Amino acid sequence: MERTAVRRRLSWQVATVVDVRRETATARTIVLDVPDWPGHLAGQHVDVRLTAPDGYRASRSYSIASAWTSTTIELTVESVPDGEVSPYLVDVLKPGDPLELRGPVGGWFVWKPEQEGPVQLIGGGSGVVPLRAMLQAHTSSTTPVRLLYSVRRPTSVIYVDDLKELAAADDVHISLVYTREAPAGETRVGRIDADVIDRLTFTPADEPTTYVCGPTPFVETVADLLVAAGHDPARIRTERFGPTGG
Amino acid sequence: MGIVSPGFTGRRRSAEELPPGQYLTHDFPVLSAGPTPQVRTEHWEFTVTTESGEKHKWDWASLLAMPSEEITKDIHCVTRWSKLQTEWQGVSLDALLADVETSADFALVSSYGGYTTNLPLDDLLDGQAWIAYEYDGEPIDPEHGGPARLLVPHLYFWKSAKWVRGLVLSDSEDLGFWETAGYHEYGDPWKEQRYAGD
Repeated sequence: MERTAVRRRLSWQVATVVDVRRETATARTIVLDVPDWPGHLAGQHVDVRLTAPDGYRASRSYSIASAWTSTTIELTVESVPDGEVSPYLVDVLKPGDPLELRGPVGGWFVWKPEQEGPVQLIGGGSGVVPLRAMLQAHTSSTTPVRLLYSVRRPTSVIYVDDLKELAAADDVHISLVYTREAPAGETRVGRIDADVIDRLTFTPADEPTTYVCGPTPFVETVADLLVAAGHDPARIRTERFGPTGG
Repeated sequence: MGIVSPGFTGRRRSAEELPPGQYLTHDFPVLSAGPTPQVRTEHWEFTVTTESGEKHKWDWASLLAMPSEEITKDIHCVTRWSKLQTEWQGVSLDALLADVETSADFALVSSYGGYTTNLPLDDLLDGQAWIAYEYDGEPIDPEHGGPARLLVPHLYFWKSAKWVRGLVLSDSEDLGFWETAGYHEYGDPWKEQRYAGD
């Protein structure tokens, strides 16, 4: 397996919220100015730490939603019902507020523009977040890339405009699968199955590196389908969101 | 450094004793880097290789034939969930290593599927580590590491390698999969050793 040796102390930094963008009824993108950000690879995450007036703290990890280009980074957070940190990030935090974070973290679920071979991205729900960072990073590369994105219904799509723009500008093949309710003109409603994998993703002969991110049952199902279809397990990288969190 | 997050009050969820930065879950989340390997017990093998290259092997039947223990322990994942009083059945590493001649200081654990993790040999001994094959009274599900996983509950749970297939004992410390990817080489949850340098 590929190794990325980054061993330096990660210290907490104070970022400033410069903008927030509503993505769906339950998800929001937060644009942060991080003064001493060392840069990051698409797919890495950060730890975010909140502090209450009495000193009580709570931390969670969030995928970075953007490729590294300048001094800002974007996080897209889905509010977890009954969560402790995510409802604050989605509904309370506002431009101008400070936000403590440290990172970037993670050297496995990453894509680098110098990597060779086609890139297959498969996301379920907010699992699309690190894949969006990879799509942004890909604009400087010519390797073929496809995104298969499973959502409940049209209103659940995060990055609607962004994905359209990326698809147009970067020749990215983007397919959406609707599990509960499809838009007009789209007849299929259902989870990703062997037929969807067969029709909408690179074949094993293409030797893609595949990145699968989403809730655990989604990732388990998709990874098993890929292996059954003949993809080399060593080229399937997964990131699972647990059923609890927040 | 001290900043206050405007408008954040937080929820002090429980009085239970959790390591710093952890929250309690009653589910059993999954964290893996790739697809779940399907390992059949008839092909399963566990190998300990010493620093002199000597190999000790167990197949599934010989593992099950060893004295097993019921283990009830709290587990702590670096992704911040903790689960209390989890119940396992398995064979202690003390029993497995009883006849292994070694003066090595470190172990590199390897798994079916290619995963690795490193820890000091001392952390595998003295009733601190097991090869577990049952969880909650049932065979361990493949997604949770079945048929057998390492269980080292005093360290972050990534050290408890799923689909375990062997240990290589060594005088020097080779880093494992997550440890090479920026995570802490030891991973004590009570010292909150999440990432390298913590």
